Amino acid sequence: MSMLSGNNESEEVSGVKSSRKRVALVGNPNVGKSALFNALTGAYVTVSNYPGTSVEVSRGSAQINGANFEIIDTPGMYALLPITEEERVAREILLTERPDVVLHVVDGRNLERMLPMTLQLIDAGLPVVLVVNIMDEAERLGLSIDFHLLSQKLGVRAISAATARKRGLDEIRNAISAGGETGRSAITYSQTLERDMERVAGMLHGDYPLSKRSLALLMLQRDDEVAALVRLKEGDAYPAIEEVVREISFARRETFNLDLSLEWKGMVKGIIHGVLQLPDKRRVTNGERLSMLAVRPITGIPLLLVVLYFGLYKFVGDFGAGTLVDLLEGKLFEGLFNPWIIGVVKGLVPWWPIQELLVGEYGIITLGLRYAVGIILPIVATFFLFFSLLEDSGYFPRLALLVDRIFKKIGLTGRAVIPMVLGFGCDTMATMVTRTLETVRERVIATLLLALAIPCSAQLGVILSILSKNPATLLVWSGCLILIFLLIGFLAARLMPGETPMFYMELPPMRMPQLSNILTKTYTRMQWYFLEILPLFVLASILLWLGKITNFFAKLVDWLTPLMNQLGLPKEVTVAFIFGFFRRDYGAAGLYDLQTKGILDARQLTVAAVTLTLFIPCVAQFLIMKKERGWAVSLGIGAFVTFMAFGSGYLLNQFLVATRLL
Amino acid sequence: MKLTEKSEEILESMWIAIEEEGKGFAELELLKVAVDDPAVRELTSLALVELKEGRLYFRPEGKEEGRTTIRRHRLAERLMMDVLNIRGENAEDKACQFEHLLNEGVDTKICTMLNHPTTCPHGKMIPAGDCCEAARNSGDLGVVPLTELKSGEEGEIAYLQSGDDKKMQKLMALGVLPGNRITLLQTFPSYIFRVGFSEFAIDTAMAREIIVRK
Repeated sequence: MSMLSGNNESEEVSGVKSSRKRVALVGNPNVGKSALFNALTGAYVTVSNYPGTSVEVSRGSAQINGANFEIIDTPGMYALLPITEEERVAREILLTERPDVVLHVVDGRNLERMLPMTLQLIDAGLPVVLVVNIMDEAERLGLSIDFHLLSQKLGVRAISAATARKRGLDEIRNAISAGGETGRSAITYSQTLERDMERVAGMLHGDYPLSKRSLALLMLQRDDEVAALVRLKEGDAYPAIEEVVREISFARRETFNLDLSLEWKGMVKGIIHGVLQLPDKRRVTNGERLSMLAVRPITGIPLLLVVLYFGLYKFVGDFGAGTLVDLLEGKLFEGLFNPWIIGVVKGLVPWWPIQELLVGEYGIITLGLRYAVGIILPIVATFFLFFSLLEDSGYFPRLALLVDRIFKKIGLTGRAVIPMVLGFGCDTMATMVTRTLETVRERVIATLLLALAIPCSAQLGVILSILSKNPATLLVWSGCLILIFLLIGFLAARLMPGETPMFYMELPPMRMPQLSNILTKTYTRMQWYFLEILPLFVLASILLWLGKITNFFAKLVDWLTPLMNQLGLPKEVTVAFIFGFFRRDYGAAGLYDLQTKGILDARQLTVAAVTLTLFIPCVAQFLIMKKERGWAVSLGIGAFVTFMAFGSGYLLNQFLVATRLL
Repeated sequence: MKLTEKSEEILESMWIAIEEEGKGFAELELLKVAVDDPAVRELTSLALVELKEGRLYFRPEGKEEGRTTIRRHRLAERLMMDVLNIRGENAEDKACQFEHLLNEGVDTKICTMLNHPTTCPHGKMIPAGDCCEAARNSGDLGVVPLTELKSGEEGEIAYLQSGDDKKMQKLMALGVLPGNRITLLQTFPSYIFRVGFSEFAIDTAMAREIIVRK
């Protein structure tokens, strides 16, 4: 999630474009590009252990041997020919930015699989340096690589590295400052392919960032973007080129992609011969044993429950929302800070409205700051800590394959598990991450479910701590949410046209997360979160204050009271709902206040909790929804969610009254 | 033996009536064929069938011919549906035209490519050919989709059967390439396999498109 890093360097970069050299990091997903980026630049991009974390391009600068370089981190790509949106973004860098050095980062354990792309980069005439990363784990598996021979065979520098352990960084820096080499041994395809490539390449006369033969090959693979580039550069000559491309690709239509892959495979076989030594016997690591437990349903589901119980319920709910909130909100704010600040402000500012604005019932300090720091901070911090730990361990892809079958029923694939789980942290952040899903249909369904049925961590924490005093209410609440999640997902999948996409995912090895990485990651996420929410808290306080002093607020409460009565709720709850419009967690925190005062019974608490959880997403989430999905979809989702929330609240209340369950 | 299309169709109808529906004969009237039809004359003159009072009976050679003809027809149907993905009436028509080309060893090749199927898309028996017997005797299971492997079993990727070009490219980029060793690790709730030192999870639909040789 490089979006969390705050891309503030990019503007600065455009100003000094010509003066410094550019280094692009490219490679398959999950090979450690972002970790290398961080090590080189000292900046921070979220690094994790699941593929496709970097959806955007990050830029930073590095001082290497006295010279200044611009480092560009790209989303993962499998080959020079892009298939997904992320790959297109990555390839764009190579096409438009003409980097001075291309660091191709590969996974040492899968050298054979990743070298074809190295060959393509070399063939494209790019200044390549090959960084064979994750060598620590490769060595643990018993693999050994002769780097000298590998460099010789490829004609470019090959470096052994384990960037997460800071191994090989000096060699990489030296290679960058020496500049990348364009491969000496140009690669040669089979005669027929060479002839076809030559036919097309011979017709190209423009000035291109990649070698003409590689552009020819991409055109033969029907690469639309390269075709557009060639059309632009060649002008009138283009139709003739297109004709030739069409003729060749028609003639080879049966097996072109396959032939090409097999040619690369053959070349790579030749290269790794004598370079790569495999162990005689596969070694089974502890990570693999744990992985086995995580992916078998019979052990995986109990493991999931254990993870949820200890991670979410005990750590986030009990410790974060219980112990820490009591300490910060109860002792620190209510006990010490608020009485003191109220005294100070009242002493300094004589006017009542200003006193109210700062330290009144809805004051910026007494309410806004207290909620933000006293209640939300500890909950969000514990959640992000828990999430980062799971993320780095490599657990999420395993969870994804475990739930794929169920998610297919609701129009999603297992892939969507990552935004869904992240939604339990912050729905706004999760809505952004839905862009990693493959189809628009999936993205819309995921956005809807996030807006409706996934409570964010702050809300979840508060609700857990309120309801956990009476386990029955907790059971009813979670039952309702799961039911609505599945039901609405199921209906959405039926009603929305389109096919369910296929599920495939690389399973990164399970590994022991590194504490420093988890802490930095939690920290950057918290930072992003607070920059986003604090202004909203202040704004909410101001609006509520305005509402109070103009009496509008009291009127609004009066208008909404009949609605609350329909749900069997006292009118005090209205306040929590009005809060909830600003932020969902804010609403939940309002509920927390009411519960402490003892106004609500078990039934009312459950109905209010369910309605609030389902209720309209917070303002920030709504804005992101609009940005990602457009006005029509987000307004539609907003209206539907409001209707669902009150509708379900009404039905639940009727049900609970009739059955006397609570 | 090269028969006319009409004759082959008569043999097929006779096979269905006599061998599958258990009647002793096939009536010309039901087949909507005239007694003096050249096809009937061809079949009788080759001593494949006997004609008695408007009823057709198999002679031993004719029965064998009927068997191979129906086999070719149903193999053609399978080919249309499974490989060429042509369905419905169109598939039926195409199969009828196609079957006549499946002789002189072509049927054996197709049968092997389809991995010796035993039933046609409508669930009817495909009579076994020599190639099927040979395959059964040698214990060679030929190529099967990944879904047919048991977890822990290993195979070599034979080919990818994907209608979607992008998906195929993705699979190949993941290292799923003909000739690579593949180990199936788990089959439920998703398929997990290992190629090289990497593990991947895919759903059933995708697993069906990876064809492996055990």
